[in-house]
Amino acid sequence: MKHIITALVENRPGVLARIVGLISGRSYNIETLNVGPTQNPGTSKMTMVVGGDDHVIEQVTRQVGKLVDVIEVVDVTRRRHLNRELILVEVDTKRHSRAEVLELATLFDARVVAVGERSLTVQMVGDHGSVEDFLRLLQPYAITDISRTGLIAVARGEHGAPAAPPPAAARPPAPKKARKA
Amino acid sequence: MKTTHKRGRRRTPAAAGGRAPAPGATPEAALRSGAQCVVDGLVENGVEVLFGYPGGAVLDIFNVIGDSPLHFILPRHEQGAVHAADGYARASGKVGACLVTSGPGATNTITGLATAFMDGVPLVCVTGQVPLTMIGNDAFQEADTTGITRPVTKHNFLVRSADELPLVMAEAFYIAATGKPGPVVVDVPKDVQRQKTAARRPDQVRIRSYNPDIQADPVQVARLAEAVNRSQRPVLYVGGGAVSGNAAEEVAALARKADMPVTTTLMGLGAFPETDPLSMRMLGMHGSFAANSAVQQCDLLVSVGARFDDRVTGRMDAFAPRATIAHIDIDQSAIGKSVRAHIPVLGYVKPVLQALLTQVEPRRHDAWRRQVSAWEAQHPSFSYTPDRKQIMPQYVVEQIYAATRGQAVIVTDVGQHQMWSAHFYRYTRPRTFISSGGLGTMGFGLPAAIGAQIARPRERVVAICGDGSIQMNFQELVVAVEHDLPVKVVILNNGHLGMVRQWQEIFYRRNYAAVVLGMEKRLPNERVVQPKPQGYLPDFLKLAEAHGACASRVSRPADVAPALREAFDSPRPWVVECIVAPEANVLPMVPPGASLSEMICKLA
Repeated sequence: MKHIITALVENRPGVLARIVGLISGRSYNIETLNVGPTQNPGTSKMTMVVGGDDHVIEQVTRQVGKLVDVIEVVDVTRRRHLNRELILVEVDTKRHSRAEVLELATLFDARVVAVGERSLTVQMVGDHGSVEDFLRLLQPYAITDISRTGLIAVARGEHGAPAAPPPAAARPPAPKKARKA
Repeated sequence: MKTTHKRGRRRTPAAAGGRAPAPGATPEAALRSGAQCVVDGLVENGVEVLFGYPGGAVLDIFNVIGDSPLHFILPRHEQGAVHAADGYARASGKVGACLVTSGPGATNTITGLATAFMDGVPLVCVTGQVPLTMIGNDAFQEADTTGITRPVTKHNFLVRSADELPLVMAEAFYIAATGKPGPVVVDVPKDVQRQKTAARRPDQVRIRSYNPDIQADPVQVARLAEAVNRSQRPVLYVGGGAVSGNAAEEVAALARKADMPVTTTLMGLGAFPETDPLSMRMLGMHGSFAANSAVQQCDLLVSVGARFDDRVTGRMDAFAPRATIAHIDIDQSAIGKSVRAHIPVLGYVKPVLQALLTQVEPRRHDAWRRQVSAWEAQHPSFSYTPDRKQIMPQYVVEQIYAATRGQAVIVTDVGQHQMWSAHFYRYTRPRTFISSGGLGTMGFGLPAAIGAQIARPRERVVAICGDGSIQMNFQELVVAVEHDLPVKVVILNNGHLGMVRQWQEIFYRRNYAAVVLGMEKRLPNERVVQPKPQGYLPDFLKLAEAHGACASRVSRPADVAPALREAFDSPRPWVVECIVAPEANVLPMVPPGASLSEMICKLA
């Protein structure tokens, strides 16, 4: 089972190396890792997707939590949370109809960000499930390049914020296709 | 690492910028150099003894060290410096301190840091570094010290400005000593040592991302008390955390009140008197039959500052199969790491045991105690077959026990002699058995004994070493001579790397590959050339004398006690070499991967 773990860390040199070193040194399996600053210039937030059973996940959480520069670790999978990933995919349209790829992109609310003579580059944002679905449906076409940000996540209903959903305008577009079709 | 360096130039704005003086605001006299801040930081944080080795990148610090009140010790290898600081810390309960140069100075500390890290020993190690402007240039004696030491330290710092130094030094000691103690490295570039700063030591250290002030959950403590009160066959399993957490008194009080037989790990030796009728001695791979049997049969196992190491548990899925397992530890990651704890208690062992004691009812477990005695009678802990012609290594340890009346601080290296030191000496006080448990570092013994002797000048300190281990850091004997430390080194010379030989004997059909230290029976591809028979090399007598120490050698059992007495009566450092039975084995033994129920008590 994959878990999304977020860590709020001091924004200091070497903190990323500490966490990555710990995870590889204890041979945990980390799938994606994303780091960025927060609203507070002194801290950064890391989001990692880690595979393993409950015991492994608990150990990752505790070991990371033990690092001196780590302020807080949360296994957001265990809570109400939002997760998103952005991917850029270049698809070869030599042999396949560009229209088919475009249709798929439209269904997933993905945007075409570059058009070449024989390729399309599509940007798609979605939660873990819809990104995986999109990539699965793109499989029959020739994917020539792909780049993913890795999942980022926030727990919901915390930090004094209302648990109610945000205004529709602020919400990322939901995939039109049902998940796990 | 390199990419993250770009992400922030300073620790926190408040940490450094807030204290930095405006240009011209502070008179020159009030400014200190970074080097001075390091030395003052050591003194302010309670360091009395500093173990160090100089070099190009720490010249500025060494330049001002002579004016400080620090008692400086010069070991002959940086590894020795860290082990000596480690031995000092374990013997005294204070934070050990060492100072080395950049590059090879820092890399030579790795084994020492890893040793301290595995055993939770508080150390602060200051390393020099090439100037900030040269970091990353492959400069002379440059090494990525914070990168290399990261996995073997509790925390480390690369100091980027002298303004940070007073705070960093205070934080380093705070982190090293609190929570589960551990080594902390402070890497100080040469130009930072030469910068001037008006920064002063903070009144108080608070780190928002590090909170060691953990109060145990009263609900869990109450559950544990209830389990203890209900138990018919309880066992108290005591580890190094009870020693470093100064909880020996509470351990004894709990054991007596609840009538719980006690077993300790190697690191826990001394946390409960082994002369007490409740003591079942050590458990695990080379544990006593009684302790291991009791663990396998108990209905409640209360772990106090122990971490269910693989050398303790044997095959994990068969460990303590009938027991409710309670785990008291200050390290959140230790709880549930190897064994699922039914009653986890996160907290310092001392206050947890104090709270527990108020809720535990006095009990008698006569039937259970009788059962433990029966196991003990079946395979007494510990025994060996005496020999009249050759010295048995176990006999030497017994004689050391007799000669010191059980009151010495015993420091060991790693191997068979380490286990015999655990078996045939009975430890009654905490911090009297000092050994590299987790990492198993050969060469630890002599420098650690020197550190321990400095920490406890009025006590008898005996290093028990193997002939293999002692050769790994023999050079440190000079330090004992220079400082007139009455350290006694007893070498159990069996001419082998004995523990490895024992494994080869039992598990590798006596294929003694690369374990013979004498001249005979070496591997053909070692191509040992022997122009004329020399016997054993080196000659430890000559070697000890060349280092300025006294030395004696015994090879007959009757000579052991007089030789020990002579050495122990002398105020000088002394090496006693005992030529012991070459192929004695440490027993009992749980084969690797077997359960504690499958002990080998006698070899065919």
